[in-house]
Amino acid sequence: MTASGRIEAAFKGRLGDFQLDVAFDIPASGVTVLFGPSGCGKTTVLRCVAGLERLSGRLLVDGETWQDARTFVAPHRRPVGYVFQEASLLAHLSVRRNLLFGFRRTHGVKPVAIDQVTALLGLEPLMERGVERLSGGERQRVAIGRALLSQPRLLLMDEPLASLDQQRKAEVLPYLERLHGELSIPILYVTHDPVEAAKLGDRIISLRDGRASPAVDIAPDDPQTDDLQRRLLSVGPEALTRELIAAGSSEAVAGLAVAALQAGLAPSPG
Amino acid sequence: MGEVLWLTIKLAGVTTLVLLALATPLAWWLARSKAWWKEVIGALVALPIVLPPTVLGFYLLIALGPHSPLMAPFQAFGVRTLAFTFEGLVIGSVIYSLPFAVQPIRNAFQAIGDRPLEVAATLRASPMDAFLTVALPLARPGFLVAAILTFAHTIGEFGVVLMLGGGIPGKTEVLSIEIYKLVESLEWDKAHQLSALLLAFAFTVMLSLLLIERRTGRLRP
Repeated sequence: MTASGRIEAAFKGRLGDFQLDVAFDIPASGVTVLFGPSGCGKTTVLRCVAGLERLSGRLLVDGETWQDARTFVAPHRRPVGYVFQEASLLAHLSVRRNLLFGFRRTHGVKPVAIDQVTALLGLEPLMERGVERLSGGERQRVAIGRALLSQPRLLLMDEPLASLDQQRKAEVLPYLERLHGELSIPILYVTHDPVEAAKLGDRIISLRDGRASPAVDIAPDDPQTDDLQRRLLSVGPEALTRELIAAGSSEAVAGLAVAALQAGLAPSPG
Repeated sequence: MGEVLWLTIKLAGVTTLVLLALATPLAWWLARSKAWWKEVIGALVALPIVLPPTVLGFYLLIALGPHSPLMAPFQAFGVRTLAFTFEGLVIGSVIYSLPFAVQPIRNAFQAIGDRPLEVAATLRASPMDAFLTVALPLARPGFLVAAILTFAHTIGEFGVVLMLGGGIPGKTEVLSIEIYKLVESLEWDKAHQLSALLLAFAFTVMLSLLLIERRTGRLRP
């Protein structure tokens, strides 16, 4: 039995020579960051939630069973929005028709309106363009808008900033922060960048070698981060990230993320 | 001569339409399936490339002839044989040109990759919806190439149509056979005209194929 208002997931299985064994139980609200080095299974978890990958396990979202021993809801029947690492726009459609692809295929009440999304993501001037004439940052904003317009009850974002350079990142990040504030859609956000995690996340799950440490809330005013901040500035963010990831606990990573934010670091290049 | 030309175009046109309908699901399966034995089917499809047309024509002549078990179900409808008929030629041409339709479409489907279909699925498109609204439009250049190649290849066939059709004037006599007959009866002028016509046609086909390739190469993101 599951309470509504929560996301309960457990996935276990082998993909090639990679072994995943992940379980978490988080509120179906706010932004949950899946944090870890590349190859730790973050993307696989996201794909399992979307139904694009099928491992054994179970998944309950807000009281609804998407997967258990008997059930496997097909990906197109799951109300998720998925933002891939590369924007993956449909090359044969204009920006407008990319945005409307999912919107047209949803039925009933549509809480997310087209005007709202185009305003939120600054897409008005792009609407009639072909997608090949967009910059990297513009493409990713269209991909985010497209996912939002499919009226998701859960938004899955797989390192949406990783394929962008520093400047484009700085362009898209504010939109993501507004997203967080303006829409009440729960988000699973995959990243390996502590600053992104701290800026956007409400809680954090650290993944390492296909296993997850329990979720920890990100507390932006955590007093113990002074020490971390000093070490962050002395050792440097990359080395400290590696060190804390090796420790593997969500607490350690959450602390690092907050420290990185407080130290005023910019999101690291992908 | 007008009759021969018309028959040739009709054969190539009908063959192309039938083949596009037939090759699309086949190419989709070959592009997407993970079955290990799919290349066995792939090899069967590609067989007409290396098989002498006379061999293919010979087997088809037997398979579509009056004593073939394949024809038994049709005898109830008064159809004894499809050898030496237009319908028989269409069947022969479809098999003969199968690889020229399947391969470009299969390549186009493979070039699309998994991602656009995954995108479509996460945007609530059912597999059939995604096939029609994402895979087909993205593979359009492949279909264009398949249609041109099939049409041109059917125009150019000789061995199969001769074996299976016998070159009956007004019924199964197409351009390539007409040229052969003209040369045999020493009517060089007419043979020259028809040959020049086919030469110009073949050049146009190759040019348009290369232009399509260049354009789609540029469009690819």
